[in-house]
Amino acid sequence: MLFQDVVFWILAVMAIVGALGVVLLPNLFRAALLLIVVFVAVAGMFILLSAEFLAVVQILIYVGAIAILIIFAVMLTRDVQRGNLPNRMHIPAAVFAALLLSALVAVAVDTEWNFLPDDQQERVELVQVSAVTTLTGEALDEAGVSQTEQKEMQESGLADLLISDYVLPFEAVSVLLLAALIGALVLVRPNPGTGRG
Amino acid sequence: MSFEAFLIVAAILFCIGLYGALARRNVLAVLMSIELMFNAVNVTLVAMAKYLAPAGLMDDISTVLTGQVFAVFIITVAAAEIALGLGIVFAMYRTNETVDLSEATQLRN
Repeated sequence: MLFQDVVFWILAVMAIVGALGVVLLPNLFRAALLLIVVFVAVAGMFILLSAEFLAVVQILIYVGAIAILIIFAVMLTRDVQRGNLPNRMHIPAAVFAALLLSALVAVAVDTEWNFLPDDQQERVELVQVSAVTTLTGEALDEAGVSQTEQKEMQESGLADLLISDYVLPFEAVSVLLLAALIGALVLVRPNPGTGRG
Repeated sequence: MSFEAFLIVAAILFCIGLYGALARRNVLAVLMSIELMFNAVNVTLVAMAKYLAPAGLMDDISTVLTGQVFAVFIITVAAAEIALGLGIVFAMYRTNETVDLSEATQLRN
């Protein structure tokens, strides 16, 4: 438990310092690199929260795709020298963000959360770490899970959920990705009239 | 490593992202700040999936994955958003020769 606490605080400090760097550093390229630090710290938090599949997806999509795209955009637009200036509204924006932060923290601390009962912790953890259902009978036997519960747990991985209960949003999000892909292609296509790229 | 600690770290990340999205002039910095906010929300959802008991827990154990499913959808939408956002950034750079948001005034008047 202590080890997990230490890891959590290291990740929290990494994420917060990285995020401050992203919004405050004048050099955009360094801000984009610090964004990768934040993404990796968040992936570490996902592992602490027993969401290993999401941690891998986070590294693959955020670090591997989104951060690289942003770095390319920073280099292609050549505005790195002019830097990352604040606009005229930055003081009201900071006040608003601070007020929202205090409200969120008050809610997080004050609310009576409906926590998981202690006897369910182990079952829940077993289900959550299995994105694609990989739980074998032996592992479940060792954890002391009954046969009927084993069947139920083996049918409740993240992948099974995405193609059963959440199949409609899953298809909608696929169409959204396709539309975004086509939209991005149309936007960056060279202008037919001027021939400029 | 309590539940509230995760929520507070996520709230700090979200508010830093919000400040960046509101106060920066470079459109790429604004896009990066929006990604920070997406990540903060994902941390909140996954922490809630781990620590809180959903209503239908006793009937169906897979309800404990709802937060993770939502996080998967958010990551997908973030990927779509950044692809379109960068397309718009390049289109803006082509017409304006700048990515400064305070100079994007074509729609005025």
